[in-house]
This record gives sequence, C-alpha cells and structure tokens, in this order.
Amino acid sequence: MSIRGKAHIAGAYEHPDRKIPGKSIAQVHAEVALGALADAGLSLSDVDAYCCASDAPGFGPISMADYLGLRRLRYVDSTETGGSSYLVHVGHAAAAIAAGKCSIALITLAGLPRTQRMPRTSASALAPEAAFEQPFGPTTVSMYALAARRHMYEYGTTSAQLAAVKVAASRHARHNPNAMLRNPVTVEEVLDSPMISDPLHRLDCCVISDGGGALVVVSPEVARELSRQTVKVLGHGESPKLADNGRIDLTFTGAVWSGPRAFAEAGVEPGDIDYASIYDSFTITVLQTIEDLGFCEKGKGGAFAADGGLEAPHGRLPVNTDGGGLCNNHPVNRGGMTKVIEAVRQLRGEANGPVQVPDCEIALAHGNGGSLGSRSAAATLVLGREDS
Amino acid sequence: MSEHMRDHMSDHKDAEPLPAPAPAVNPETENFWAATAAGRLLLKRCLDCGSVIWYPRVICPDCSSLHTEWFEASGRGRVYSYTVNHRGEGAYTGRAPFVLAYVELDEGPRMLTNIVGAADAELAVEAPVEVVFHDTGEGSALPRFRLVNGRT
Repeated sequence: MSIRGKAHIAGAYEHPDRKIPGKSIAQVHAEVALGALADAGLSLSDVDAYCCASDAPGFGPISMADYLGLRRLRYVDSTETGGSSYLVHVGHAAAAIAAGKCSIALITLAGLPRTQRMPRTSASALAPEAAFEQPFGPTTVSMYALAARRHMYEYGTTSAQLAAVKVAASRHARHNPNAMLRNPVTVEEVLDSPMISDPLHRLDCCVISDGGGALVVVSPEVARELSRQTVKVLGHGESPKLADNGRIDLTFTGAVWSGPRAFAEAGVEPGDIDYASIYDSFTITVLQTIEDLGFCEKGKGGAFAADGGLEAPHGRLPVNTDGGGLCNNHPVNRGGMTKVIEAVRQLRGEANGPVQVPDCEIALAHGNGGSLGSRSAAATLVLGREDS
Repeated sequence: MSEHMRDHMSDHKDAEPLPAPAPAVNPETENFWAATAAGRLLLKRCLDCGSVIWYPRVICPDCSSLHTEWFEASGRGRVYSYTVNHRGEGAYTGRAPFVLAYVELDEGPRMLTNIVGAADAELAVEAPVEVVFHDTGEGSALPRFRLVNGRT
C-alpha cells in the first residue's frame, strides 16, 4: 500500500510571533491549532485524529486533546523524534487516513523557550548511553561541530561554504516580515561572528524562538469539500540513524534512507523537486542533507551552496525561502513544522513574492531530529500541488 | 572572528583541570566504571560474533547475543573528530574552552570524550592519543585522552 495521493494537507499555520510573553504553552498550541483549522476551513469539532510530540504539555497527546476539547478522536500519535517529529506525524496521519482509521488529523507544535526555561527531560538522563556521553560536556552546538569537522576532513568543506547556507537563508528572510533575523549577511559576517564550538560560529546556528505551528491533514474526500487549495502528500520516508555500536559516521544523515523511500513512494526523483525545505538547525545540517537526498554528489554540498544553488527563485534548488531556522523561526528548537509549512506555501503559490518559485509543482520537506553528532531521526516528505 | 577570539583559540590549553562529573552507574555498567577508578579502560566483546561493543551493554547490537565478556582495551586510538567548545553548559558552565572529541580506539569503537592538555594548533583529525583517567570522586574516573606526541 502506498499513501501517494491518499491524503492532503488542507491547513497550515505558523505562529507570527517569535517571542510570546504572557501566555502558556497550551495556549499557544491552541492558537496554532485554530490557525491551521481556519486555514483549512475546518474547526476543532471536525478533528478525529491528533498528533503531537513532547513539546505538547502533559501526558502524551491526551492532555492537549482534553484541553482543546477534541471529543471525536479515534486516532492519536505522539511519536517523538525531536525536530523531525512533525514530518513523521504527516506521514503517519496520511497512512492512517489511507487505511480508513481517520479523516481529519491535526498536528501541533508550540513552546516558549525564550520566555520560559526549557524543561530538561528526564528521559535523556535515563538514556542507556547517557553515562558514556554526558560527563564529557557535550552541548547541542558542539555535537554538530564534530559532524562539521569530520565533513571538512573527508571532503574539504570550508567554513566559507558553510556560511553560504546562512547567507542564502538571510537573503530569503529579508522578504519575510515575521522573520526573527531580517538583515542579509555576508560570508565574512558569518566568519567574523563569535566562535561557539569550532568550526561553528554563532551565525552557523539557528535562532531560538517562541512560537509554533500546526497542520491539518485530510482525506481526499474531505479535501474535495474544502474551498481552500490543498497540497497532496505524495511520499514519506523516515529513518533513525544510530550511533551503531561504536561505528558512528558523522559525515552523513538518515536522509540517505528516508529520502529514497519518499522519492520512491512519490514516483519522483531529486531532479523533479522545484522547492525544498531542508532542516537547518545548523549550516552543516543543510550541507549534509542535500548531499544525502541526492541533490548533489556526496561531499559537494559546500560547493553547491557557495555557488548560490540554494537561493530562490533561480538557484538550482531553492531552499528555505521563509529564511529557515537560521533566520526566520525555529520554535521550541524544533524546525520540522515550519519546514512543512513553507513547502505548503510554495505549492499554493503563497510564499513571499520575491522568493516564490515559479510554477512550483513538486516540493520536498525534510526534518532531522536528535543530533547529527550522535543519534538522529530523519523524515522526508514529498508534496505536490493539488493538480499534480 | 575577533582578534581576541583568535588569540584565545591559539593559546587554548586547559588552564585548569576540567570538571569530572560522575556518571550514573547501573548494574549493567558497574564493572566498566569500577575499572576506570583503577585506571583501566574496559570494553565488551561478543563471544558469538566477536564484535567489540560500545557503549557497554548486555546485548550485542550486531548479533543479538547475550554472551559477552569484558576485556581491557589498549587505551590507544586516534582522533576521529574534535571541536573546541567555547560555551560550556551544566557542570562545564564557565569552564570553556575545552575540547570535545570522538576518539576511535585501536580496538575499533568511536567514543565521545575530551582531549586534554593540547594546544589548539596541535589538535588534528587522526592525531594519535592515549587514555588518561580523571577521578570523579565517586568511585569512577572519566576516560579522557591526550595527544601522544603533544606538548603535554
């Protein structure tokens, strides 16, 4: 069984704010839920499936379902794969819809890392690997720095090439009135920004933002009844990448597995993709991922970015036209939701004018959760315009 | 990069001993940590498929065997990757810069660790290293590494 064309994204909503004082996390989940449902022309009372990850406060999906008053639920999914969770949720919701388990799935993400302290999850302290890693002082940035260093060693990738990813994002973000960082930056400015964990500078890192987003995935039958243009889910792939019994390889991501699965299900190839949302927790994340998805030869991601390949509307592969996590938004340190939302905008022709890809018919959204420096989970979606 | 930062990086060589936070020890790993307190680095080997297992656990993740044994590693390896981290967190708050690294042991596994006593200019992928143990004060020691030919 394939999910190709058996589910549509009917609603997508990104919270417009990047700093949200005076509200609760549950409240922001509700705001984005209402936003996405209004975008679809639906209401909370229509929802029969709910997906969320550990950013949702409370007991799995149950607390937020109760808070929102989701009384018709017959399908829930609280799969937690970090920042890629929401792409996984789209794939799982599409599969559930294709199997007849539900017909209107709501997916929410929200959090307030800027105005509230991020709770440290006890799960990571209890992880079986924790005693062999945490005492050495790993941080999020330093683990990605290890991946960047090894990629440099094996492929000759340079800091200037990494910086080109940020430059492209910043040029896109200047057209996004809601972006957290709207000023274009140069390669030199990235290289002159403070070193956080060598070789990653501050401007190689994504923003930290309050906010969130939501999606509504529906059956083709429901989509036909809605007046709003929807987006077809054509393919989905997901894959954890393990540290693999001491054989960890820091030069590639789980996209080497999730990508081919999504392309095969969709019946397309990398060359068919008009626009791509690529997870950009750090600049190195984008470089490795575009290589692993087959948009360029392995090890050539740096040259691809430095040649302007990521820039809309005329680069070889316009990427993250909202400004991405590097400049626009990375709510709750989880970038997967906004990746799907910008792909939906592109396929509806609703991206910001100067970065709208002409005649955008097939788009890809990719997320990576966990850490490229240890264990991670990749998820890839191939999406199509309603008439694709 | 500011001139200040450049100077800071080129000069970096641990000014004071790194923190040595104690790991959480459980029945599956107590032999490993007890050995570190005695200055020995233990690894596990699968008695069925021969794989060296890292991190230590009762099951072989290569062949699912539950028949494993401890053996003492050479304590030698090479740097697989490294980073000079300028922003410590938790026990390392205010203790940066320090070096986080993966070391590939001669026995095969790549383990997360720290490189100590090295000037930044001496650090390199593939540089040979050897283990040193830093006492946590709680019956265990952290296996860290120093450059074999470094000016330590």
